[in-house]
Amino acid sequence: MQLDLAVEDRKPVTFAEVSEPLVEVRDLSVKFVSREAVNRAVNGVSFSLAPSEVLCIIGESGSGKSVTMRALMKLLPPKRTVIEGGMRVGPHDIVKMREADMRAVRGSAISMIFQEPMTALDPVYTIGDQIAETVMRHQKIGRGAAMERALELLKLVRVPSPERRLKAYPHELSGGLRQRAMIAVALSCNPQLLLADEPTTALDATVQIQVLVLLRRLQQELGMAVIFVTHDLGVAAQIADKVAVMYAGRIVEYGAVADVMMKPRHPYTVGMLASTVHGHMRGHDIDAIPGSPPDLRKPIVGCSFAPRCKVVSAVCQTHSPPTKSFGNGQYAACFHAE
Amino acid sequence: MSAFDFIGADLISQEEPQAASLDERDRGGKQQPMLIVNGLRKYFPIRSGILQRHVGDVKAVDDVSFSVLKGETLGIVGESGCGKSTLARLLMHLIPSDSGEMIFDGDPVGGMRGLSLRDLRRNMQMVFQDSYSSLNPRLPVQDSVAYGPRVHGMSRTDAMDLACDLLDKVGLRAAMFGARYPHELSGGQKQRVNIARALALNPRMIILDEAVSALDKSVEAQVLNLLGHLKREFNLTYVFISHDLNVVQYISDRVLVMYLGQVVEIGSVDAIYDTPLHPYSRALLDSRLSMDPDDRMTEPPISGDPPNPVNPPSGCRFRTRCAFAETVCAAEAPSLSQAGPDHFVACHMVRRGSGHSRLLS
Amino acid sequence: MTDVSAFRLPLFRRKREAREVRGYWASVANRLRYDYVTLFFLAIILTIVLLSIFAPLLAPFDPTKTSMAYRMKPMGFRNFILGTDELGRDMLSRLLWGGRTSLMMGLVPVAAATVIGGLLGVIAGFRGGWVNSAIMRTMDVFYAFPSVLLAVAISGTLGGGSKNGMIALTLVFIPSICRIAESATTQVRSLDFVEAARASGASTLSIIWHHILGNVLGPVFIFASSMISVSILLGSGLSFLGLGVEPPTPDWGLMLSTLRAGIYVQPLVCALPGVAIFITSLSFNLVSDGLRQAMDVKA
Repeated sequence: MQLDLAVEDRKPVTFAEVSEPLVEVRDLSVKFVSREAVNRAVNGVSFSLAPSEVLCIIGESGSGKSVTMRALMKLLPPKRTVIEGGMRVGPHDIVKMREADMRAVRGSAISMIFQEPMTALDPVYTIGDQIAETVMRHQKIGRGAAMERALELLKLVRVPSPERRLKAYPHELSGGLRQRAMIAVALSCNPQLLLADEPTTALDATVQIQVLVLLRRLQQELGMAVIFVTHDLGVAAQIADKVAVMYAGRIVEYGAVADVMMKPRHPYTVGMLASTVHGHMRGHDIDAIPGSPPDLRKPIVGCSFAPRCKVVSAVCQTHSPPTKSFGNGQYAACFHAE
Repeated sequence: MSAFDFIGADLISQEEPQAASLDERDRGGKQQPMLIVNGLRKYFPIRSGILQRHVGDVKAVDDVSFSVLKGETLGIVGESGCGKSTLARLLMHLIPSDSGEMIFDGDPVGGMRGLSLRDLRRNMQMVFQDSYSSLNPRLPVQDSVAYGPRVHGMSRTDAMDLACDLLDKVGLRAAMFGARYPHELSGGQKQRVNIARALALNPRMIILDEAVSALDKSVEAQVLNLLGHLKREFNLTYVFISHDLNVVQYISDRVLVMYLGQVVEIGSVDAIYDTPLHPYSRALLDSRLSMDPDDRMTEPPISGDPPNPVNPPSGCRFRTRCAFAETVCAAEAPSLSQAGPDHFVACHMVRRGSGHSRLLS
Repeated sequence: MTDVSAFRLPLFRRKREAREVRGYWASVANRLRYDYVTLFFLAIILTIVLLSIFAPLLAPFDPTKTSMAYRMKPMGFRNFILGTDELGRDMLSRLLWGGRTSLMMGLVPVAAATVIGGLLGVIAGFRGGWVNSAIMRTMDVFYAFPSVLLAVAISGTLGGGSKNGMIALTLVFIPSICRIAESATTQVRSLDFVEAARASGASTLSIIWHHILGNVLGPVFIFASSMISVSILLGSGLSFLGLGVEPPTPDWGLMLSTLRAGIYVQPLVCALPGVAIFITSLSFNLVSDGLRQAMDVKA
């Protein structure tokens, strides 16, 4: 995506962007190199995010959505990964930053929540200890004060009877409470940016909506920016301000959530919306996108979506599609989008 | 009283539901349900300490009764821990049940004169959730598909031909994919192989346990279409277990809602989705996410997680999360009562004279 | 209802096209092809094996022919390329012949233990319950002793000789291999594809043969290959202590033991059996390591 164009154009469009963007990613590409192959997981992704804005990155497995986010945290294995392009979060230049400095940023300015809280929480420490530990690592305060902060945070994420949960171990909590505890750990140092990697995917429907409503509320109360990775369009509709649709390592469509969901421009987004199952399609075949995503270990000529696309033409096979702007802050990388 | 009594009585007189063209394997006739499950129960004992003392039970499936009609798709929904996967394994007899009976097309399963397990499994197959473990990593996928028929005595070449045929049927070109190993296939392709494997014994009924849950949306749609085509082509009956309410509504003719090991509501898909009566079914349906960004939920329909199936609440198991709970709910467990032509609900609010102050329906 | 043919789908015979896709073992071989370290040591092992097999043809002298005149000669003395030992026997011939016994001591016990231990482990893992407890607790008893001590104790009880030495080593290796097989089987047994096989009506034996063994063999094989070097060392150790191979049969461990006395006269010559043991066991170890890496295919 041509970011220069995107950023310039978007500035007058929404008032949230009068201030300087909190996050700027320019032409990011991530390659995983192994002896057998080079996997181009992310190919030139650019976007920017204003403070206290929620961006949802939507994509299927292998679209590069999680990799993009892990690159922002520098959580990818350094030996096998080649990162190119620019990434800035607040004053921090993520690409140039050394590991030691990065450690200070992780958990304070930028923090992250995951799909499976059991892997993010340490099973041998109580919830209270884990929150206090994070607080003490980043702020020079005593243990007592840190524990008080922990209690405050558990109240913030609406954990019932927080005093008791402070002393609980992760395995003693239910799935939804664990997810809340992890959010509390992530919020402990008032991050400016929260990265959320499918945090509600593993949850039951009745619990998922609780966590989504909570996240939305917290985001507004604390005024932080959120990048939310999901494969579920319904989740995006609930929480996003902006939506970026990723396919084969590229952002194929970007825009305000209402624009993208209600008037999608890219054939892939259109196909995704059409193949999302609804009860009223009963008795009819679903209008599924045929085929499967391309193998990113092989070079892609032309548009990566061309083999599955309904409106494909000759030019799609040979040339990489341009990013088209639609004036309302919506962009799509497609020859035929209109 | 069990659901079976109602449903058995009611639906048999009903006008031919999903007309299943009679196939030669049919034994009980059109009106005989494909499967009747009555009072099925499975408790997993919890033991602790050195002496392995029995300290409690996980009541995974507790007195579950329902029937599956010929040619229909019965959707089973519920949250994690509600016992739906245990139920699937009980139906396949992969784990022994503590009590309860199953009648397959008029024949009782097990016992001296009943249908043998081997025969049951030829008539009833299961598709597991796609995961790294659903296919043997050391076998080419066509061998995995051919394995079942081989076990039942088909010759190797015949079984291989059948496997290739089925792979083609599920949309994988056998010449290209048959010799591949599972790690060389994508999630959707593996799930197609799983489906081909279930079809290999030419079953009449297939249990699909979260069969599309792990797939990406675009692939999920493809597999759902495939399941629809196969159902028509092979005259199949499905039990479709999922936590995804949209998918269940799309594919099912009738729906069963489970909560903590029990059936709370069962009925036709329209009855359940248009007029859900059980407070849990309503909460579950209200939790579906709207695709419209302007229609955002500000208050979750229900708070808290499903409680632990060890030592569930007394009386109605849902009462701890229910907005309408009264004393009668703690004292007495509601049984399934009829609320419509094909609609049964286990809630005191549905039955007149139950002692609850409200009356629904 | 039990007639299989009634359940067959209409089908037509087809020619299966050539398999263009790599199988598991082919992909393992492909990975090994680029692992030059492993290939190098594999070549060394092959050389040692070939030298041992063709020892009767290659050895310049009779390995048991003594000579009082040529005792403890240095390398390159007359026709003795690697010198002579304390009884004047040609070192090169003895090393070549000794390789046979030492390799036998390395391979046979491990192979026997893999079969026996693997079988016991798979049974224990698949059956579970009291069968598992009975087998695994018995193994634990053996496991409690240090392997050297156990080998010495068993072959001490059975008496000397290379056959008894091998039996002792086999018994030493069974528990650890059994444990590996048991844990791998327990893991595989609970996976969905095994459930699916049961759901298709397969018998226990068929499931073990088609679905369990293939997945258990890998880890067991890797572990067993790392045991070969241990076995060679232990076998040499037994011979060194006089419990394994009996003189005058050439064996590297035994040679090392008897040449102790000459270490101040011809240190280089006396070190040769030790060097042979070292190179052989190191090679087996590194090849086993490389094999483990190559077989670690992410499914």
